[in-house]
Amino acid sequence: MPIDFLYPEYEVIRDNTRCITCRVCERQCANEVHHYDKELNMMFSDESKCVVCHRCVSLCPTRALKIVKTDNTFKENANWTGDAITEVYRQAGTGGVLLSSMGNPKPYPIYWDKMLINASQVTNPSIDPLREPMETRTFLGKKPTKVEYDQKGGIINNLTPQLDLKVPIMFSAMSYGSISYNAHESLARAAKELGTFYNTGEGGLHKDFYKYGKNTIVQVASGRFGVYKDYLEQGSAIEIKIGQGAKPGIGGHLPGAKIVGDISKTRMIPEGSDAISPAPHHDIYSIEDLRQLVYSLKEATNYKKPVIVKIAAVHNVAAIASGIARGGADIIAIDGYRGGTGAAPTRIRDNVGIPIELALASVDQRLRDEGIRGNVSVVVGGSVRNSADIVKAIALGADAVYIGTSALLALGCHQCRSCQTGRCNWGIATQRPELVRRLNPNIGYERLVNLVHAWEHEIKEMMGGMGINSIEALRGNRLMLRGIGLNEKELSILGIKHAGE
Amino acid sequence: MKRIYVNEKWCLGCHLCEYYCAFANSGKNDMVKALKNITINPRIRIEEHNNVSFAVSCRHCEEPLCVKSCITGALTIKDGVISVNSDKCVGCYTCILSCPYGCISPSDQGAIQKCELCVKNAGGSPACVKGCPNKAIEWVER
Amino acid sequence: MNYVIIGNSAAAIGCVEGIRQVDKKGKITIISDEPHHTYSRPLISYLLLGKTDEERMKYRSDSFYEDKNVTAMLGVTVTKIDTDKRCVELEGEKPVKYDRLLVATGSRAFIPPMEGLDTVDKKFTFMKLDDAKALEDAINENSRVLIIGAGLIGLKCAEGINDRVQSIEVVDLADRILPSILDETGSAMVQKHIEDNGIKFTLSDSVAQFDKNTATLKSGKVIEFDVLVIAVGVRPNTQLVAQAGGAVNRGIVTDDRCRTTLKNIYSAGDCTESLDITTGQERILALLPNAYMQGETAGIDMAGGQKLYDKAMPMNAIGFFGLHIITAGSYNGEAAVIQSGNSYKKLVTADDTLIGYIMIGDVARAGIYTALIREKKPLSSIDFDLIKEKPQLMAFSKRERAKTLGGLR
Repeated sequence: MPIDFLYPEYEVIRDNTRCITCRVCERQCANEVHHYDKELNMMFSDESKCVVCHRCVSLCPTRALKIVKTDNTFKENANWTGDAITEVYRQAGTGGVLLSSMGNPKPYPIYWDKMLINASQVTNPSIDPLREPMETRTFLGKKPTKVEYDQKGGIINNLTPQLDLKVPIMFSAMSYGSISYNAHESLARAAKELGTFYNTGEGGLHKDFYKYGKNTIVQVASGRFGVYKDYLEQGSAIEIKIGQGAKPGIGGHLPGAKIVGDISKTRMIPEGSDAISPAPHHDIYSIEDLRQLVYSLKEATNYKKPVIVKIAAVHNVAAIASGIARGGADIIAIDGYRGGTGAAPTRIRDNVGIPIELALASVDQRLRDEGIRGNVSVVVGGSVRNSADIVKAIALGADAVYIGTSALLALGCHQCRSCQTGRCNWGIATQRPELVRRLNPNIGYERLVNLVHAWEHEIKEMMGGMGINSIEALRGNRLMLRGIGLNEKELSILGIKHAGE
Repeated sequence: MKRIYVNEKWCLGCHLCEYYCAFANSGKNDMVKALKNITINPRIRIEEHNNVSFAVSCRHCEEPLCVKSCITGALTIKDGVISVNSDKCVGCYTCILSCPYGCISPSDQGAIQKCELCVKNAGGSPACVKGCPNKAIEWVER
Repeated sequence: MNYVIIGNSAAAIGCVEGIRQVDKKGKITIISDEPHHTYSRPLISYLLLGKTDEERMKYRSDSFYEDKNVTAMLGVTVTKIDTDKRCVELEGEKPVKYDRLLVATGSRAFIPPMEGLDTVDKKFTFMKLDDAKALEDAINENSRVLIIGAGLIGLKCAEGINDRVQSIEVVDLADRILPSILDETGSAMVQKHIEDNGIKFTLSDSVAQFDKNTATLKSGKVIEFDVLVIAVGVRPNTQLVAQAGGAVNRGIVTDDRCRTTLKNIYSAGDCTESLDITTGQERILALLPNAYMQGETAGIDMAGGQKLYDKAMPMNAIGFFGLHIITAGSYNGEAAVIQSGNSYKKLVTADDTLIGYIMIGDVARAGIYTALIREKKPLSSIDFDLIKEKPQLMAFSKRERAKTLGGLR
């Protein structure tokens, strides 16, 4: 190592007066940052290996550890930031595409935080959700435009299949392979307990989880991994994945090294072979092609399951959504540019796509304008961080939200953004048995349930404050939102007034 | 009765149970003060081999061979908890000879020591259970 | 139901606790010729060593008899069992009737005929509390002590008084110490350790003649001493049962429910013979844990409950000057020896089972081995190489661990 261009970005600080050399940090770090020196009876760390996942910090019984950003700095330059320089060094050294994971971390505007929620004062009463019923149940699927009667005057049930959600929150697509068995089990059990849905992603469905089928959305993506009759029949809905917020326009690649054992079985590809999901579906080059796949899947499942089409939020999202709605989809899922991933080229993650808030507002408006909003339900994801984001999303027109990153955080993820290494110290984004074991689904599922329950309480509080007692009445109710610090154009796209108006 | 159950499926081999045990039984109110620069002698022990690990501590048997074998009457069972009167114990180790799980060990003070479910220390409930990060050790009624 | 127990040591206490598991009300009478609250006999050496005192030697709490609703007749000697009248006759007291009787009379020190023994002024055995107290009174820092017998009792006695006398010499006819529980290597190791603590041994020799403070050995060696302790062995107290017509071999014959051949009469503890599962032979297993468990079994059976005493074997946990020894079972089989540093371990197997072991020094978790013997665990069902290294539950199958540790039924 004659020249080391890459100075570690973070430092592991150990308070040696507190350290009892229990070595839990050493045992728990899959990156081998810590080691014990017997001679000196002391722990040492090599911060160059540290990914800042905080596993050691969280388990240290005497709180002897912390991770801080290094104050080693380049000469200050607002344009050539330390990150920018380091990335050049990195690529100059490797000649490779920079890879990263989780969502876009760049300081783009967060529109959720530029919208404020209304509350009732005097003119209409607010509602106390602890005393009065408050409906958060949501049905996803196409809604009939008219009531039909039979000859005897009885009502004909013309309702197409719906997803019945007790809360308007679902767990977004994360494949078995990108996340661990135990993470999947946690999501599945939580979805069941919560009366909502989790999503298989493009990894197939492990047979052990067939029992959660009623709470499962099965995904069909460009690689078609794990797709077959039983798989389609297991889920309550089928999602066609066109794109993903973290990496719109590109496919996926799960290295052969991770295609082992159950993963290979579940994906239905040989052990050791790379699982490459093409950038497009090669049978979908148009809305008409999409319609064919939608109806093929409906046909295959006897029209008993709603079909979701998931796209990344990109520039023409409104027009695309309109096409999807006309293409026979029951639900459109839109994933914003901050959506997470197990691995994506850094440049794509950080520079492609648009904010979900703007995409949602324009899609909802476009579908209304075209009179086809009732043809589909709209689900949004891509960094829904808390219950207020959900209330705002629903007020902007969403029927429900997908949460991925938040769910992983509940499972212990510390956003170290190193999923692609496969050495997730929290047992989430890894297939190494000794690491997978660290996520006990008995704990994981409980934490997910806690999170969603907490958010549900908060959603009810906020709805009550607005004098609204059902999610139905909040949906698309943009009068409940006001912008703050937004320009005219942003306000007009969001379809909301500025605070004070 | 609530018992300690260990599920090796979830044991990470992190050894935190041992440290929380040693701290709980140290009589000190600060973990650093209690455990810094010592070799701990906990009442719960991790066994590990080939990526399998699990914690072992007194099973509090209903028919405790240790109690029956104790030559001094220092080991007794009361309300399902087997505890040792270290004042009476002379350290003959007949209990070590008897315990089928190897859960009794010499204490640093000459007598023997064993898990007493933290009933005698300030913990109130087993410290190993509270300290296990992955619910591999549970204290539950089954 | 009217229960009478002759004896007041481990077997008797086990019997009381056994009875009370089943019968909370029946009348229990304990009759013992010793005038003391129940105490642990093996502790007398620890008493001299200062590791315990008379108060802490009590085997059960002061309120034990009261708590268990037991009438204790202490300092009372039983002279005869009358099986016709179903009563025991006492010295100087009225007979006591029984419905069920436990004979837990223990054993007594054996004193072989030795020429000139009557000329020795200060001579003691080492079995009971009173023996220990008498010995304590007789020794001082100038005492030269001669102990006849290098078995458990003699050596524990030596350890107990070592710091309080000028010198100790141990004489034994056998060519090594502790021959009943150790192999040759083990004996040598322990002997060395005891010698390092200042005790002298003369082995393969015995006293030809005593003359006051002088013992002349068969080899011609002469040992001057002030205090003599005779610890050559014990004999079971079987007379009461023998007189009443019960079967007695070396000890009182009992079955796996601890019944003698006499109706309604049970026996437990050092006075009995029981089946050694490691050899299949009936023998006296004069050990406190065995006594307690026999007594408990007898008690439960006497009160109408169900319990078998069918897992007996020799086993010993003992230590000398900080060196710990744990042994169990028998040693007639294939041996695996592991020696490291100051520790010695020998595991003896036969017919795919562990039948005995010796551990000296590192005795951690020895009970795991004991359980292998007790349960006759087929060694092919566990990872024997792993468990040979050290006792560990890792050697068992996942499923077995799920049962023992995880509560799987």
